[in-house]
Amino acid sequence: MTSAHYQILHDTHYRYSAPVSLAQQLAHLWPRDCAWQRCHLRQLEVGPQPCQRRDALDVHGNPLTRLVFERPHDELKVSARLQVEVLARVALTLENSPPWERACALLTYSGQPLPAPLLEAARFRFESPYVRLKQAFVDYAEDCFPAGRPLLLAVRALMQKIFTEFTFDAAATQVATPLLQVLEERRGVCQDFAHLMLACLRSRGLSARYVSGYLLTQPPPGQPRLIGADASHAWISVYCPRQGWVDFDPTNNVLPALEHITLAWGRDFADVSPLRGVILGGGSHDPEVEVTVLPLAAPV
Amino acid sequence: MPDLLADYPLPEAAYHELLDAQGQVRPHWRRLFAQLQRSSTAQLNQRQALLARQIQENGVTYNVYADPEGADRPWELDLLPNLIPAHEWQQIAAGVAQRASLLNAVLADVYGPQQLLADGLLPPELVFGHNNYLWPCQGVQPPGGTYLHLYAVDLARAPDGRWWVTADRTQAPSGAGYALENRQILSRAFPDLYRDLGVQHLAGFFRTLQDTLARQAPADGEPPLVVLLTPGRFNESYFEHLYLARQLGYPLVEGSDLTVRDATVYLKTLAGLRRVHAVLRRLDDDFCDPLELRTDSALGVPGLLEAVRQGRVLVANALGSGVLESPGLPGFLPAIAEKLLGTPLLLPSIASWWCGEPPVLEAALKKLPELLIRPTFPSQSFTPVFGRDLDAAQREALSERLRARPYAYVAQALAQLSQAPVWQADEASLQPRAIGMRVFAVASADGYRVMPGGLTRVAADADAEVVSMQRGGASKDTWVLSERQVSGEPWQWLRPLGVADLVRSDPFLPSRMVENLFWFGRYSERCEDSARLLRIMLARYVDDDDDPQALQTALVLGERLGLLPEADSGELDERLLEALLGEEWPASLRANLQRLQWTAGSVRGKLSQANWQALVELQREAQELDAEHGDFGDLLDFLNRLLMSLAALSGFALDDMTRDDGWRFLMIGRCIERLQFICDSVAGFLRSGAAQDQSALEWLLELGNSSITYRTRYLASAQLIPVLDLLLLDEQNPHSVLFQLRTLLRSLQRLGERFELPEEQALATLEQQLSAFQLSSLENPLFGSEGVDAVLDGLAERLEAIAQAASETSDRLGLRFFVHVDASQRTQSS
Repeated sequence: MTSAHYQILHDTHYRYSAPVSLAQQLAHLWPRDCAWQRCHLRQLEVGPQPCQRRDALDVHGNPLTRLVFERPHDELKVSARLQVEVLARVALTLENSPPWERACALLTYSGQPLPAPLLEAARFRFESPYVRLKQAFVDYAEDCFPAGRPLLLAVRALMQKIFTEFTFDAAATQVATPLLQVLEERRGVCQDFAHLMLACLRSRGLSARYVSGYLLTQPPPGQPRLIGADASHAWISVYCPRQGWVDFDPTNNVLPALEHITLAWGRDFADVSPLRGVILGGGSHDPEVEVTVLPLAAPV
Repeated sequence: MPDLLADYPLPEAAYHELLDAQGQVRPHWRRLFAQLQRSSTAQLNQRQALLARQIQENGVTYNVYADPEGADRPWELDLLPNLIPAHEWQQIAAGVAQRASLLNAVLADVYGPQQLLADGLLPPELVFGHNNYLWPCQGVQPPGGTYLHLYAVDLARAPDGRWWVTADRTQAPSGAGYALENRQILSRAFPDLYRDLGVQHLAGFFRTLQDTLARQAPADGEPPLVVLLTPGRFNESYFEHLYLARQLGYPLVEGSDLTVRDATVYLKTLAGLRRVHAVLRRLDDDFCDPLELRTDSALGVPGLLEAVRQGRVLVANALGSGVLESPGLPGFLPAIAEKLLGTPLLLPSIASWWCGEPPVLEAALKKLPELLIRPTFPSQSFTPVFGRDLDAAQREALSERLRARPYAYVAQALAQLSQAPVWQADEASLQPRAIGMRVFAVASADGYRVMPGGLTRVAADADAEVVSMQRGGASKDTWVLSERQVSGEPWQWLRPLGVADLVRSDPFLPSRMVENLFWFGRYSERCEDSARLLRIMLARYVDDDDDPQALQTALVLGERLGLLPEADSGELDERLLEALLGEEWPASLRANLQRLQWTAGSVRGKLSQANWQALVELQREAQELDAEHGDFGDLLDFLNRLLMSLAALSGFALDDMTRDDGWRFLMIGRCIERLQFICDSVAGFLRSGAAQDQSALEWLLELGNSSITYRTRYLASAQLIPVLDLLLLDEQNPHSVLFQLRTLLRSLQRLGERFELPEEQALATLEQQLSAFQLSSLENPLFGSEGVDAVLDGLAERLEAIAQAASETSDRLGLRFFVHVDASQRTQSS
């Protein structure tokens, strides 16, 4: 199979306990086009009708929708309907990557002109809102990075280590749970594992970015696929001087291929959260989010 | 006067501003020095005292929030200015102007093509690793290509007499206002000298700033409205923000005063939204827009960046300009100057080595004892360390830290600061102190203009090597001398005020001020109401002999009004304590007192000192009361005192406050709160089934603050019909529903005439219905006692409708005047 087709439904529903008088929302809900992915249909339905809507690309090249509401409203519903084709990626031989120290050295300033891919990679090498750089992250990943090991093998080892040593636990963390706490308690969700892996790589001087998207999940044998039972997913991509950007999914211990649908990438979750905004009023509110990833037999 | 220099130490390592190498007074100082020598010690001390008094007065004038016993440190200004001759200044000014142009060009590149990074002239670490490199600002084009409207540079003079740059200020440079204030004060202390020495004026600098902002603001043909954005009154340099705003004639605003609609920035004023064309910001850029920048910032304006991106507003300095504040940058500037300007860098920077390059790191580690190690980025929690202060083990630990993330550290040579004389009043002599100088540049139509003068900062004590205003230490005015007499008018502080300057009301009165006054009114009334109800419950709880039925009715009412926690939440004494002092209970009296104090703090300029002190005192007392094992006698005492203070507060509002729009909203807030409270209380009482109970009626009178009136009128115990007459229908009793309802309607009508509000139909109808209510229907009920109950229920319903309508009015006023959205267009949920 050289490609896979999906229909994705992503509904976010806020019910406010007090009316919201003014709101501005940023939505990262349209998949970006990339070498291994085509988006054949994208619709974004918003209720109530926003006063303004602007579509643009953000600074990392992700489609971004700006929504402005200037009338009081009690709820907000944003529904994305997508049809995406994921293509097979170029096959990689992880052993062929350069030693990880070589990658670090290439990314370090030397007074020489910087080719465009390295300048692009440099964006993703430093601290960002959810990814602090600490010696503790260097120490945690130490055994994955013996001297001279090819970069991509070392990153795979780190992915396996996180997958093996951490427990997936949706109740353990929130978006704002500090990474050091995640590291200590050894539990979290895909977002935490992605942030942790970024912290381990960047604290070592490597470039790595956060990828937000969806994952095809399989219903239990003999049971039908439930609508809304899926969730947003997150993984990481590391920059390798020879092979370019290579994705790793520490939550599932796999290299993303046909079952991962890419939405957007950035320095961390803060750059690409599917829907975030500033509202005036609203009282307490938690959104209901429903995601469904349906495999399609053929393009519709 | 004895020899001023008799005890003036002259360390050879430093440059002396006053004296040359032979110990002779330098030529440009002679005139000032001669005058000092002619003066007596007493005269000089008197002048110094005059300066201090002037500063204090300005503080009182300009910073109404300054707490006399608070943390606000008075600004210190030395009697002697630092003097710089014209020819020397020309070199400094040329260097500062060049550096400002250069840094502006660097900003244009890092937020644009990033060619400097691609060429290897600027390390990506210094840009992308910096917490003030704001990715969302990448590609945003500021008007006229100006990123830096204001620039400041810290200079130090080396022993050879040359000036060196120690730091660049590109974020939101502070100090220009202080320089202006120093000048205003010192030029009056030495008027003759000031004139004779031909000291260059500062006014042109501020006029240029005004011109630049007015010229570059995207005004679309309107007269540009420029505002000064401050983080607020808790910021350390809030005084300067106030001072500058007044000098420049810009409204001083906080983030919540501004709103973005359709990518356009507006100032929320009582009269409506006024478009803002330019924002001079004193708020750090990453805090400026919680939508796209730091999401945890409550100080910014959501949507500001998009307004900038759409070219609808000028923000000065441009959002993102803070990225150049790094000690790692200066080392790369000489090569960048050659590349971007084609000329060598005029002003040298103090020698520094950014450790991000492996060979540089190794060299720095070898020379650690001679160096100062500083963090590269402002976000790091790393205090600068002098290598010489470390022992071997500490040095090893530091080296390890540097090796772990070399690009986050900069090694710097130690700066030897020059020494300038300061007047020591207690020793009656001149003493040398280390100084540094902050110099300012402003963008103009033809390049950068440098303020001829600046803020000279003086080390706190004789052997201090670090000059910092935050760590204490004084300042000096900086006098740039000219060869000839200076003409031109001084800055506007000497302008006499005439009839044309008279101000009766503030055209830019921010909605926030009015909103705070409105809530100040509501909370002061709310505290009063709940204190009264709590006093009723507490007194009857303490006094066992009293009618248990009366206590029970009061408790039921407390629950119904949401003041008292429900019965299943604990024993009665615990519930009463919770209602009074509960930390967790949102409606507790203590919580409402805290809200009152908070709103009072934000309108403090409108309160008298005595009132403010009384509030602070009450708040402190409320904090100290023991929430777990309170003594009910003490608590009753506290409630009595609280009610007296609150009465004084409302008396002040009625009698002493200026009756402007803000005052009107304060009174409307009080009125709405009281109306809701009486209506809900009486309605709850009528529904409680205790309407005929005499002792319950007694406390209802007390709750309505009407016991005394009742007693003088009836000389009898409380009975239902006269109590209801007094609390509901008596239009002379300011605690009656009808009185408050009519007052509210009158106030709303006046407001409506001024601001074109729709008429308050619902409230007006309710007022007519209540006026028409006949208490006689309680005397001759058609259907006996059941008929009475039906009448009372009907009355309770009406009162609840009034409370509801008052609450809706409050929401509508909020949307119209504070939030500025049209509530009639409310979107219904589908």
